[in-house]
This record gives sequence, structure tokens and C-alpha cells, in this order.
Amino acid sequence: MPQPRRLVQGNEAVAEGAIAAGARFFAGYPITPSTEIAEVLSRRMPQVGGHFIQMEDEIASIAAVIGASLAGAKSLTATSGPGFSLMQESIGYAAMAQVPCVIIDVMRGGPSTGLPTEPSQGDVMQARWGTHGEHSIIAFVPSSVMECFTLTVEAFNLAEAYRTPVIVLSDATVGHMREAVALPTPDELRIAPRGEPDVPPEEYDEVMSTVDNILPRPALGSRYAVHVTGLVYDRARGGAPATGTPAVAEGLGRYLREKIYHHRDAICRVEEIGMEDAEVAILAYGSVARSARAAMRWARRQGVKVGLVRPITLWPFPTVAVDHLAEQVRTIIVPEMNLKQFSWEVQAAVRGRAKVVDHGRVDGKLIRPEEIQALIKREFYYHRWEETA
Amino acid sequence: MSALVDEELVERPPQDVSLPRIEPHATPEVLSHLRSPKTLWCPGCSNGIVTRALIDAVLSLELEPERTCVIAGIGCAGRITTYLKWSTVHTAHGRALAVATGVKAADPGLNVIVVMGDGDCVAIGGNHLIHAARRNIDVTALVFNNSIYGMTGGQMSPTTFEGDRSTTSVYGNVEQAFDICELAHAAGATYVARGTPYGYTRLAQLIAGGIAHKGFAFVEAMVSCPTYYGRQNGIPDPSAMMKRQYDRSVPVDKFDRDGPRLHDRYPVGVLHHAERSEYTAAYAEIVARVQGEAGDRA
Repeated sequence: MPQPRRLVQGNEAVAEGAIAAGARFFAGYPITPSTEIAEVLSRRMPQVGGHFIQMEDEIASIAAVIGASLAGAKSLTATSGPGFSLMQESIGYAAMAQVPCVIIDVMRGGPSTGLPTEPSQGDVMQARWGTHGEHSIIAFVPSSVMECFTLTVEAFNLAEAYRTPVIVLSDATVGHMREAVALPTPDELRIAPRGEPDVPPEEYDEVMSTVDNILPRPALGSRYAVHVTGLVYDRARGGAPATGTPAVAEGLGRYLREKIYHHRDAICRVEEIGMEDAEVAILAYGSVARSARAAMRWARRQGVKVGLVRPITLWPFPTVAVDHLAEQVRTIIVPEMNLKQFSWEVQAAVRGRAKVVDHGRVDGKLIRPEEIQALIKREFYYHRWEETA
Repeated sequence: MSALVDEELVERPPQDVSLPRIEPHATPEVLSHLRSPKTLWCPGCSNGIVTRALIDAVLSLELEPERTCVIAGIGCAGRITTYLKWSTVHTAHGRALAVATGVKAADPGLNVIVVMGDGDCVAIGGNHLIHAARRNIDVTALVFNNSIYGMTGGQMSPTTFEGDRSTTSVYGNVEQAFDICELAHAAGATYVARGTPYGYTRLAQLIAGGIAHKGFAFVEAMVSCPTYYGRQNGIPDPSAMMKRQYDRSVPVDKFDRDGPRLHDRYPVGVLHHAERSEYTAAYAEIVARVQGEAGDRA
């Protein structure tokens, strides 16, 4: 039986999504606009036999999340810009040591303390390249309360499947927004369990994991004598440090990248609306996609062929979808609450095949449909506009 | 004094603590707990002695090696995770206690031992030390205090004694050294001990006492770094350095707390011992209560 529809806040939906995904450990530090996630989970975790802990800072929070995940618990933390910055070193550790975990970043205006209560999409590049060194990462960006729930579940599933940190880039608007939703029941969800390798401990070796068959990470204290390190390690020698062997370092670095990029098609999710006959596309993500959708509908009412492409996965970059887009439309409008962070990537992927129009703001205000409508008008200068509204 | 921290705190005179008996184990058995007998520690370094004391302590307590997890940070001491054959985590610099907090919370049945260097523990990781102690979480923190950053080649640390030289205090250190045991005690650790590699069996006993203790246990091993500390401070001979450490250590019951401190003499033994509510046990009670209430309603 489906759950009744009720008013749910985006941050609350993230928390419920985590519980539904089987998360049983949360560590965090209060920060606007993500705090509700911690508040809800401090109540919910004991109810499901899980553990909530408020750590001394965000550095400790992500470290505790990594520890709990290593001990076998699906784990998450939630934060915003300044805390996300503090977490970067250990996000790199989780990428290097292949620790499944989920980081919710409810974006606010920055840099620094910035605009604590206003939305932003300024962490797009930090999510991709915030930690030092070559690594791969997965990042989702919800644009509705329902997606706060479903993408948190998906984040846990992919974290387990690819043994990687997964980032959910929410923002102050999506996180604090309330919508009437019927949250899915457990039988409506696919949940990836935390398993054990199907190889006896004496035969198990990390190198058995291949890009096509990534074995689950054995838990600390299980029958597998686990060694976890942030040093470059030799997957073929029980994860022993191998900092003096360039070939091993090269192999590990490429493996860490390929285990995600090889599965790019399965990971990347893009929603397309009105793209069948579109001449101009709006490419928008997160809360801005809501304004973009309104602008697109307005344009269709005006009789011009505008479509919406909404990346749900920001990283890995949805190359295939953007490639296809570049062949189809003459203009791609990229509105975002930052200054060209994602549109540069779009431009790189488009490689001159279509015009890329960027539109950004960093004043903490949402991009309104009218702003995007004005951009659309410029692209259909031959059209007779008869606005009524 | 600590009554402010917790009303149920029961202070015990340190000499009342009965420490576990240590059975010295033969070298082949000790080696069987190592992934490799080779280490990157310099000749004359006493980290290996403390590592053996830890193995002796764990074996004497008859802990299940599989259920014993050693978590360490970055630095010479942190490399212990590479050598021990148990479940081991080599974390980022300074974060061992925070990672250990997550491990212990997720699996309270694990024996969690955290190994840190002095820089790891009280410089970059100092915040985690005071909060782990405040929570009284049941992990054992073992600090290899060599008073210097060895891995990076001999820079001063928060435990470098005033006046001593390092590659970043070439004219003599103007800062006062941390007394980490006092810090851990003040922050709420319920078992605090200090030992030296020279007093091997006693050190192993102090470590075992920390592991057996239910709550946050802090054990400081005063180790020597002849390569970087000794050579820069006129005592390059490893045995002379160890002997000097032993000479400076005073059994806690004979130690005059009002006398001169640290540089010339420091107390060794169990410096502090108390009983107070342990973090994971207290949280488990909350989980049981919340789930019980939910059951009552159903």
C-alpha cells in the first residue's frame, strides 16, 4: 500500500531516503541549510537501530562516516559549503581507499561563510575536483522533494556498487522547499545490500575486483584481514603500500577512474522534456531546472520549439546526452546559480557544434523563469511575441 | 574536579588499578602477527619495541585478532597499520580517532586501538583527542611520542621540549611542550597512563590495562628518535637516548606534582583512572529505550 501524500521538506526527504536505503550511521555538524537532515536523523536512527552522532567538526564527521562504513554500516553525512570544503581531504581518502559513503551537500552562497540561508550551485566544481589528485566521483542533483528521497536512495546504491563516495548536491531552495509527496514504500525500492565478497577470506584479494565486477568491501572485524590505506597501494598484495612502484600507482589511478567511467552510461541520468522537435534547448539542473521548465512551457505556448534537458547526474558528466544535444539543436541555454561552472563543461562537450548561452547569478537569488524567457526570445528573433501574461 | 563532567564519575587512586599480567611471547609468535618483519623505522628507533608491547598486550588479554582493529594516522607511528596482521586502517593525518569513533559506534563489539604520533595526536588531530576523551568512547589511544616530526625529517612538534632544536626550531624551541596525559585527563579520559620502551613489561601492562578498561583509555609511550631528535640535540646514541628517557621517568606514586615538570622528569604508570558512563553503551540504552517505546505502542 502506498504511503499517504503529505507535505515533506526536501531535507526531511533526504533523511527518509537514507533510512529507506539502509543507512544506519550518520555523523554531522550543524550548518545551515542542511541542519534539518541531522535533526531528523537524530530522531530516526535510534528507531531503526542505527547510530547518530554529532561530531566536533565536519572533518571529524566525514572521518567517522568512513570508519562506520568500513565497519559495515551504510553511512552518510550532510553539510553545506564551508563544511563541504572541510571534508574534501577525506572525500579523497574515501575515493582512494574505495569506501562507500554518501555526502549530502545542501549548497548555499559562497565562497567562505557567504550567504548561509540563500541557495547557490557554486559547489558543482568542488564536488568534482574539490579533493586533490586524480579521482572519479559520482554526483546527483535533485530538483524536487521526491528526488531528494529517490536520489539519496540511488546514491547509496551506487556507493555500494562502485565502492565510492557519492555526493548529492541539493541546495537551499530544494532542501527547504515543501511539496506534497507520497514517499515510496520499501517494496517499491531497489536497495543494494552491503555484501561480503563471495570468496573465502584466505583466497580473497583486492585485485579480484575488476572494472566489470567490483566485489563488496569486507568489513573490519570480519574474517577477512582488512588493511585500508590512503597511500597508493598494490591491489594484488593485500593493499600493501606501493609508493615506490610507478606501474602500480599508474594501474591503481586508472582503475579508480575506469571503475566509474566505464559505467558512465548506467550512472548518468538525464531527463528530457519537449526535445523531440526542439531547435533550442535549456540545459538546467537542480532548483534552476524548475524555472527552466516553466520557461520552456511558456515558450511552447508562444509557439517556438524549445526543449529542456535536465541532468540528474552531474558527475560523471553526461557526455552522451550532451553530444546528442549538440547534433540536434542550434542553441543550448545553460542557466545556473554560479558563473559558468557547468556551462564550460557543456561548451567543451559541444565542441562548437551548437551555440552555448550561459546565464549565471551569484546573488543568492533563484533564477526566475522570466530571465530564461528573455534568453529564449533572443534565440527566436524572427518570432512575433504576443505575451499576455 | 571532574565531577563537573559527570556526576557518576568515580575517581580511583591510580595505584589501586590492578593491571593485567603480561606473558612475554616468543619472537616467532610475535612475528606471526606481522604482515612483514621489515619496517621503514630507522635503526635505533623505539617504535618497534612499543609495537611488540602492543602485540604482547593483545595476546596476553587473549583478544581475538580478527576482532581487533588498529587505526592509525600519518607519520612514523601510523605505519604500524602496514605491519600488523589484524584489521588495520591507515587514515588521513590526524583523523584516526574520528575514524575510530565511527568504527566503534557502528560495531561496538570490536576492540579498537588507535595509534598516533605526537603531531598526529595533539597538533593536527588535537580536536579529535579532546572530544573522544570527553565522550569516553571505549577505544584505546596509544601515542608514540618522539617529540618530533620524524617522517618529514625532524621538525618541531607540540611536544618538542622548550629550548630543544629541530629543523624548524634551529635556534631552540620557544614554545612550551604539551603534557598530553594532563590534556587527556582534563578532557575526560577515564584511563591515562605513560610508559617508556626501557620499562618494556610495564609498558605492555599499561597498554593492556588501557585495552581492558571500559571507556576512553589514553596511553603515552615516550619513544626516542635518535635520527632526528637525538642528532639535533646532542644525543645521537639510541641506547643513551632510551636510558635518558628512563632516567627522567618517575613512578607516579613517587612523583612530586609540584616539582619541575616534563623536560627533566615526568611521571610514569597509571596517572589517572575513573569509571564513568561509556559512550556506545549509553547510546545502546537510548536505542533500546526508543525501540521499546515503539514496541509498546504497536
